[in-house]
Amino acid sequence: MAAVRTSSEIGFNRVAIVAVLLVTIIFLAPIYWIASTAFKPRNLATTIPPTVVFQPEISPFVKLFAKRSQMRNPASPEEYAAAPWWERVVFDGGEKIVRDGKGEVQWSGYPSRFMNSLIVAITSTVLAVGMGTFTAYGFSRFKVKGEADLLFFILSTRMLPPVVVAIPMFLMYRAVGLNDSHLGLVILYTAFNLSFSVWLMKGFMDEIPKEYEEAALVDGYTRMEAFFKIVLPEAATGIAATAVFCFITAWNEYAFALIMTSRRAQTAPPFIPSQVGSGLPDWTVIAAGTFLFLLPVAIFTFLLRNHLLRGMSFGAIRK
Amino acid sequence: MATTMITTLDRSSRAAARGLSDISIRNLFIIPTILFLIVFNIFPLIYSLGYSFTDFRASTNAPANFVGLQNYRDLLGDPYVWSNFAVTAKYVIISVAGQLLVGFGVAMLLNRDIPLKGLLTTLLLLPMMLSMAVVGLFWKLLYDPSFGIINYALGLGTFEWLSDPKMALYAVALTDIWMWSPFVMLLSLAGLSAVPKHLYEAAAIDRAGPFYTFFRITLPLVAPILMIAVIFRTMEAFKTFDLAYILTSQPTAELISIRLYKMAFQEWQTGRSCALAYIVLIMVLAITNIYVKYLNKVKER
Repeated sequence: MAAVRTSSEIGFNRVAIVAVLLVTIIFLAPIYWIASTAFKPRNLATTIPPTVVFQPEISPFVKLFAKRSQMRNPASPEEYAAAPWWERVVFDGGEKIVRDGKGEVQWSGYPSRFMNSLIVAITSTVLAVGMGTFTAYGFSRFKVKGEADLLFFILSTRMLPPVVVAIPMFLMYRAVGLNDSHLGLVILYTAFNLSFSVWLMKGFMDEIPKEYEEAALVDGYTRMEAFFKIVLPEAATGIAATAVFCFITAWNEYAFALIMTSRRAQTAPPFIPSQVGSGLPDWTVIAAGTFLFLLPVAIFTFLLRNHLLRGMSFGAIRK
Repeated sequence: MATTMITTLDRSSRAAARGLSDISIRNLFIIPTILFLIVFNIFPLIYSLGYSFTDFRASTNAPANFVGLQNYRDLLGDPYVWSNFAVTAKYVIISVAGQLLVGFGVAMLLNRDIPLKGLLTTLLLLPMMLSMAVVGLFWKLLYDPSFGIINYALGLGTFEWLSDPKMALYAVALTDIWMWSPFVMLLSLAGLSAVPKHLYEAAAIDRAGPFYTFFRITLPLVAPILMIAVIFRTMEAFKTFDLAYILTSQPTAELISIRLYKMAFQEWQTGRSCALAYIVLIMVLAITNIYVKYLNKVKER
């Protein structure tokens, strides 16, 4: 190629590189802004002009986890001296940490929502990927009557708009008492991710040469042994990538969680926006909650970078 | 598919004689998944089909009365619902067109030797992996008329993005474009890298201009993959709920999913909302059908 390159092409290349850098900065600016707001003192979060350079603080995270109430009078010097450092940063904002009768610090609503998100996302991922791996192997290796129709049926369950499915599920869950329960959400997310996991895993299974198992069968393995000892280890990368995708989907899901949960099993996505509710929201605390919530997804995206194309196209496009 | 099949399905084969037969393994692996999906996806839909012919309200204990096709007739004659569909169509067109333009454009820029290309691509893909609800929330901070950085960066003063009825839908679409252009970019990059280099070399030897090369070589070869991106994004944009619901409450930005949610869970017109859900469902299945046909087509190449 170098031989046919003209000077104008090289010039265009330079312009393109600068343009790419600019686009990347513009695309990342919103994420940078929410991340930096999570470390700002409250009075610098909503200034005009926006505050870009500041002394990072940890106080938004303290406020995120502890239940707080407004103080009528500023904390007295004795109170201040007696308080641990994490309480002082709350005093500085004109608030105090709520304690129960025994003096135990009360948690805010955030940690339990975060835990719920973890429980629901991990459980549903394990179920969806587990079942999906078996089913994908079945579709990949055996003749199945009406395979194309079955696979279309499986995919179409994923494409249903959440609110459409949520209406009857809400009524059914109410009838059997699964509303606002972890199990209810786990079932919904498993069903939602199962179709995706079958499609993606089928692509990975198709890539494992069938000769491996055939050799094992000849050596006296049963089909089950061949599946567990030969196919599963070969499919490990695919299983991991599928699991991360399913986890992210369940972790991010909003509509089902909004409709099906209210308190006990509520996950973070419906909870975080509900904090904006009334009065002047403390954006530093909301940003801190958002930051912690987005962090796992950002890390996973980085780990998944070579499988993103495949996952987002349901295994249809590979590289 | 036939090429990936193992031919030991007959019961008399040596391997099948030990342990479970291939047929029972196949059934054991596939049937539970199908059953699970039927019980938790199809059965609820049958349940709601029944309710769609009634005047049931989940907020009361009154028994459901059969009203025949009344709900469907009412909905299809309701100008309010039609305007929700019109808003949704407008939203789909703006956001998908925007994503196509930005996504494909950035892919064209990225499709060359660039230092740290892998890292830049991964960073650019980050928005689409985030939670739509949370993205909606922090764009509210960015759009804020008095202290939002968007107004500040663009010098717009106290421009109202989300509470101006004319602007709200565009603001939601803009956020969606930010979030999902990376998806179009990702697919476009795959398409662009699959274009054989020798075609460009041949075009260069023939002294073909950049426009000719783009419209006669690049675009036709990337088109099938772009089509997948467009259909998939159309389907997803049609279903949009989280983003618009969190960003704004303007009636001019009330997408059909939001209308459905309000009808079902705020007005508690359960029977009617089941009917509307069915109308939406049929539309989504139609798009899904086109999508899958295209996926299979591209897979075959």
